Amino acid sequence: MHALHQVLHQFFNPHTFTLAMPDVWAGFQINLKIMVIAEALVLVLALALAIVRGLPGPAAKPLRVLAIAYTDFFRGTPIIIVAFFIGFGLPGLQLGFISNLSIITYGVIVLTLVYTAYVGEVYRAGIESVHASQRAAARSLGLTYMQAMRYVVVPQAVRRVIPPLLNDFIGLQKDTALVSVIGVAEAAALAQQFSTKNGDFVSYLVAACFFILITIPLARFTDHLVAQREARERAQAF
Amino acid sequence: MTEAGSPNGSGGPAFVHVRGVSKWFGSLQVLKGIDLDIPEHNVVCLIGASGSGKSTLLRCLNLLERVEEGEIVVDGQPLTDGKVDVNALRKKIGIVFQAYNLFPHMTVLQNVTLAPRKALGVQRDRSEEYARALLRRIGLEEKADEYPDRLSGGQQQRVAIVRALAMGPKLMLLDEITSALDPQLVSDVLSLVRELAESGMTMIVATHEMGFAREVADKVCFLDAGRILEEGAPAQIFSNPREPRTREFLSRVLEAEKAEGLG
Repeated sequence: MHALHQVLHQFFNPHTFTLAMPDVWAGFQINLKIMVIAEALVLVLALALAIVRGLPGPAAKPLRVLAIAYTDFFRGTPIIIVAFFIGFGLPGLQLGFISNLSIITYGVIVLTLVYTAYVGEVYRAGIESVHASQRAAARSLGLTYMQAMRYVVVPQAVRRVIPPLLNDFIGLQKDTALVSVIGVAEAAALAQQFSTKNGDFVSYLVAACFFILITIPLARFTDHLVAQREARERAQAF
Repeated sequence: MTEAGSPNGSGGPAFVHVRGVSKWFGSLQVLKGIDLDIPEHNVVCLIGASGSGKSTLLRCLNLLERVEEGEIVVDGQPLTDGKVDVNALRKKIGIVFQAYNLFPHMTVLQNVTLAPRKALGVQRDRSEEYARALLRRIGLEEKADEYPDRLSGGQQQRVAIVRALAMGPKLMLLDEITSALDPQLVSDVLSLVRELAESGMTMIVATHEMGFAREVADKVCFLDAGRILEEGAPAQIFSNPREPRTREFLSRVLEAEKAEGLG
């Protein structure tokens, strides 16, 4: 009985839960801010990365190589190391404006750099899944390569990759907690402070609840989109 | 534009002028020195077994495939000299594919107006007006705001033809455009092509519809293993083919049609 009581007290004490909420919520607002800005940037930059990686012809080869190198580097490096590079490295360089950004901005940069590499691959898969005959049809009508991409290929590709893309965004939302390692006072960091101060772990549960609460709607929305597409494809099969 | 450099009538170069065109896919040679001349307002039908090079030849004429050897001139404009503005050229040469290739995320109207608006810079209102007029001509005006997956194969293919026509091409390339259709949908598409032929459109038509070729073509070319083995007036090719390979091909097609008729 004592052990059970201990567990309940250390992890699930409702009183402490209520006490910890304002602190952790203050931190979580920073997580929200970082995720929204990073997601908006990733949506655009990852598409640009995917398009650059798919550019045809020998003239575009240096760009393609750069895009591949970027993807390899940021997909292969643990986020925490990218965070140290950016969060400690850039201010240390004393490069004027780049070295004087707010720590939250560094957090946004870290997640944007890493997730652009991931989501770029998602977009690329989508672009490659659009049948070559679509591009041929667009080009045969006199549209340029970029016009064919913009009006014909990319719109179809984006529709197809929305579910995996949202899945990556769920990962990004959780990884906002990682930028606490460079000193961002977000939910996980504030939960840790509270935990140390209060001598229990209830504040972590509070932080976990916040993250889960915003992830569930996104997860259900993703499920909904997948189901919708499957229904449409079944309808077409008849 | 090269209106001045496109002589009509006899003596000058033909509207479509193909000389010694060869094409390889890797080590496989799919076109072996094709020569072909087509006067303006003529319809040429390409017949031959699958893999004989009909589609590749059409795709070369629209530079969807690179021509590795030989020369193609369309309307006085050399396609194969490496300096050609591919996008400008394609505005004059329409191609329709076996699989329609409509854009599935756009309505019929958007499919038809996309290229005129973006490649020719036509205003939206004007391009939509023209598109609706074209759709009316083929009896599909009420489908203008539908998405392609709501249309039958025959309707989709007619929209694909209209989409190419909306660019005001001077040459149309039709690549087995009825091959993917159910038999009862073929005739609507063919009658549209017939109408185009009567309106004087220059066309090169790869087809398995021998009856249609016989009726519409000014000239029929029989392709075999990447060569034009025999060419001539439809009556001659179909009634009195010179080459044994042509005879063999035609009798096989005739048998297949008979078998289909019985089944």
